[in-house]
Amino acid sequence: MTLHSSRPDARTDLLHGTLDMLILRTLQWGPQHGYAIGQTIRAQSSDVLQVEAGSLYPALQRLAKKGWVTAKWSQTEANQRAKFYRLTPEGKKQLLREESRWDELVNAIGRVMKAALAPGTEE
Amino acid sequence: MTWLRRLLRRAEMEDQLDRELGFHLERHTADLIARGVAPDDARRQARLELGGPEQVKEQCRDARGTRWVDDLWQDGRYALRTLRRRPGFAAVALLTLALGSGATTVIFTVMRGVLFKPVPFADPATLVKVDEQTKGIVDYRWGDRWAFSYPNFLDCQREVRSLEMAAFRYGGGTVSGAGDPEFVDALQVSANLMSVLGVAPIAGRSLLPEDDRPGAAPVAVISQALWQRRFGAAPSAVGATVTFEATPYTIVGVAPATFNVRGAALLTPIAQNTRPFMRLRGAHPGISVWARIRPGATRAAAQAELDVVSRSLAAQYPESNANRGFIAEPLRPDAGGVRSMLWLLMGAVALVLLIACVNVASLLLARAVSQDREVALRIALGAGRGRLVRQSLTESAVLGISGGTLGVALAAIGVQPFVLLWPGGLPGADRVQLDWSVLAFALGVSLACGFLFGLAPVLRAPSQRPDPALRAGGRSVTSSRQLHSIFIVAEIALAMVLLVSAGMLGRTLLRLSSVDPGVNLENVLTSRMAVSPSILSDPARVRAAWQAVIDRGHRVPGVRAIAMVDTVPMRAGNNQVGYWTAPPEPERMQKPLALANSVTPEYLDVMGIPLRRGRFFDDHDRLGSEPVVVIDEVMAQRAFAGQDPLGRRLWTDLAPTPLLVVGVVGHVRHWGLAADDRAQVRDQFYYPFAQVSDANVRRWSELMSVAVRTGIEPLSLVETLRHELRGPGGDQVLYATATLEQLANATLAEQRFLVVLFGAFASLAMTLACIGIYGVLAYLTGQRVPEFGVRMALGASARDVVRLVLGESARMIAAGALLGAGAAWAAGRVLQKLVEGMIDTEASTFGAMVAILVLAALLASFLPARRASRVDAMTALRQE
Repeated sequence: MTLHSSRPDARTDLLHGTLDMLILRTLQWGPQHGYAIGQTIRAQSSDVLQVEAGSLYPALQRLAKKGWVTAKWSQTEANQRAKFYRLTPEGKKQLLREESRWDELVNAIGRVMKAALAPGTEE
Repeated sequence: MTWLRRLLRRAEMEDQLDRELGFHLERHTADLIARGVAPDDARRQARLELGGPEQVKEQCRDARGTRWVDDLWQDGRYALRTLRRRPGFAAVALLTLALGSGATTVIFTVMRGVLFKPVPFADPATLVKVDEQTKGIVDYRWGDRWAFSYPNFLDCQREVRSLEMAAFRYGGGTVSGAGDPEFVDALQVSANLMSVLGVAPIAGRSLLPEDDRPGAAPVAVISQALWQRRFGAAPSAVGATVTFEATPYTIVGVAPATFNVRGAALLTPIAQNTRPFMRLRGAHPGISVWARIRPGATRAAAQAELDVVSRSLAAQYPESNANRGFIAEPLRPDAGGVRSMLWLLMGAVALVLLIACVNVASLLLARAVSQDREVALRIALGAGRGRLVRQSLTESAVLGISGGTLGVALAAIGVQPFVLLWPGGLPGADRVQLDWSVLAFALGVSLACGFLFGLAPVLRAPSQRPDPALRAGGRSVTSSRQLHSIFIVAEIALAMVLLVSAGMLGRTLLRLSSVDPGVNLENVLTSRMAVSPSILSDPARVRAAWQAVIDRGHRVPGVRAIAMVDTVPMRAGNNQVGYWTAPPEPERMQKPLALANSVTPEYLDVMGIPLRRGRFFDDHDRLGSEPVVVIDEVMAQRAFAGQDPLGRRLWTDLAPTPLLVVGVVGHVRHWGLAADDRAQVRDQFYYPFAQVSDANVRRWSELMSVAVRTGIEPLSLVETLRHELRGPGGDQVLYATATLEQLANATLAEQRFLVVLFGAFASLAMTLACIGIYGVLAYLTGQRVPEFGVRMALGASARDVVRLVLGESARMIAAGALLGAGAAWAAGRVLQKLVEGMIDTEASTFGAMVAILVLAALLASFLPARRASRVDAMTALRQE
């Protein structure tokens, strides 16, 4: 699964929400800058999810606008100025909501996939 | 963060985004190098993966929700750029719009000031006007509304709890004493008038209830203007006396300039007027009643109370008050006959504005078509259609707002001259000013216009598919031809309405100017006059004073003849009297009415009215001799139906005894050159002032004017006459002085004003329409140059091409003219309703106007046609 940086309106809500959730999840371990967020998601998904800049940064803007993350410029370990994103309390709550929604969704999809194998289906 | 703050911090955020993406690139490149990629390759790869910083930024702006601001900003700049690139187009479009919206704004400003603003008093919503109203009896002179009788007012004032009622009655008169005597407008008022209107005196006090009583000491409040004029605004004026109508009044206060009711310079307590009619319930001596709804009450509650009072009064005084009620209505500024004229002008400027819009629309359309390839290219490159539509609308809005701004500037310059030029002075002119609502109106109008003409290019956008436009190789698709034709037809039709209206107004004015007024307008001076107020109570002395005026006037060099008259022809004011020619007296509503004029013997000579039969008056017609009357030819015809009126009797409402008809004179257009034909009361009769009864001499005297026929320029005699006729006490004044010619001109002032304005609007409309036609045809034929080239290569002559182009435009013009003719005819009907003396739409004027317009339009289309015919076939073909 790759998250494409295609036209904004081509993305489905599902994926939209999913990327937001992944970012929030990544920020749970502490503030990070945009590039590091992308790298973390990539590393933790074993290179399966490649978040492109064209999706990542608009998503960060969106999350900031909703008040789930805040941004602040500060120094990196390598002494460069970078914009660090931090999870807000509101963002933490949102992450919990997203997680439970995600579990529900995965379960639901799983049931559908199994049902497709049930007898009675004409083939 | 609110969007507004985000908007303000837009630049900062753009900068941050830049730096953030820069950091991203840097880290990515560093990572790649660390993994062993060569530095140059690493940089390239990082860029590629970022996918173009501009796209990322676009999407970030989208996510941020300020996208529309950025777009608007961009579109606005783009629009300005395109306008600057074509200064000719921009200039024509802006000028057109500025003229259209400027004219509309001027008229709106005046309308708002005169018609829509409330009366200029505190809390106007709680002010009402109360009238007496007759039930079931509608007098054809006055309708069912009556001025109050004083006893009725006092009862209502006492009984109605929801209202605080105030009364006032006109009572102009002569101010004498130190300085020149002068005639001033004055009001007899109830003590509470100023407080009801929420006006406080700027010096001294208002009138008090104890002043407003019969027999109280005479006191007066004077206006700020009179205070300045006669007392130099000295504080000592309060407590001083002013002699008004020969009575010394103690000045108790000064009303501010904002208190402007009937232009009164002096307010005296109404109850101190003890003349008999003030005690009669059946008399209606012109008492107006204004009232303030008390806090907590409503107009409906007040009306209910008034109804109760009127019922009990009707029961108590059936003679005077049966079928008589009182009605309370919101107090509105008195706009007089200005209302219909303003709406008429609004209609005219709206047409001009519409033409301006159509004009700009066709210009924009032509440009849009020539941009088809560019647009198609941008669609092919992925530009959103919505975005393109928005961009073109932004451009029109920029155009509209710029035009509107210019228009407001024009209106700011134009509105004062317009108000000053208004014939006879605009009522409420001081309330006319540019304010926020006017600016909002202008902005609304220009935005509406912007979208109206911005729509034209947009309308065809959705039908556009990029490929044919790209394949057309520079030649336009012809889909705009139909839309362009519609524009031309519309412009011609709209211009036609204005042109025909202007033509008919012009014809009307011409006809009216040549109408015989029935009097000789040249060298006649008329002036209201008041004899010394000190003698008014003695009829013999009043008669003597007037005789002295006539004798003295005769001795002034330059005076040929002098007479007194109560109603001067064509001046405001008249005295309508019921009459009958044989007993018994008919019902009041059945009596025919005539205009009664009380005059002295030389009146016919002064006015130059022809004597048709019998004789006019002489000095032998006096009190005690046989009462006589002279009628005009219209009345002779109507009252005596072809029989000889001489020696017949005429009964009138003026006196119980009949009058002997001794002469017939020509008809005078008293109602004005325009209005007299359609006036309801046209019969006229004259009776000698010398035979007015002693009881009436005072009333009559108060209405008198002198009229003088002069051998020299009449206005040059004004000062001499003023001086000579001042009387022994030096307190007789001339006022409201005008020549008969001025009065006659004033009756046509409205028509003249309309002719000038409609003429201007019509020329403007025609010019705009011609510019529009020229522009559209120049563009359309320009598009067809290759086609003409082919035709000419195949043997068509230059004449054929001209004929082809002209033929096409002639068809559009004809369609427009046909449509316009219908609309113009309808407009003519409206004008006939609203403009006095307006003639029927006549074929010759109609035809002439149509011809002018069609010729102008053909001329405008000839230029592009000729240019097309000069196309060199080879050059044209090479354009392919």
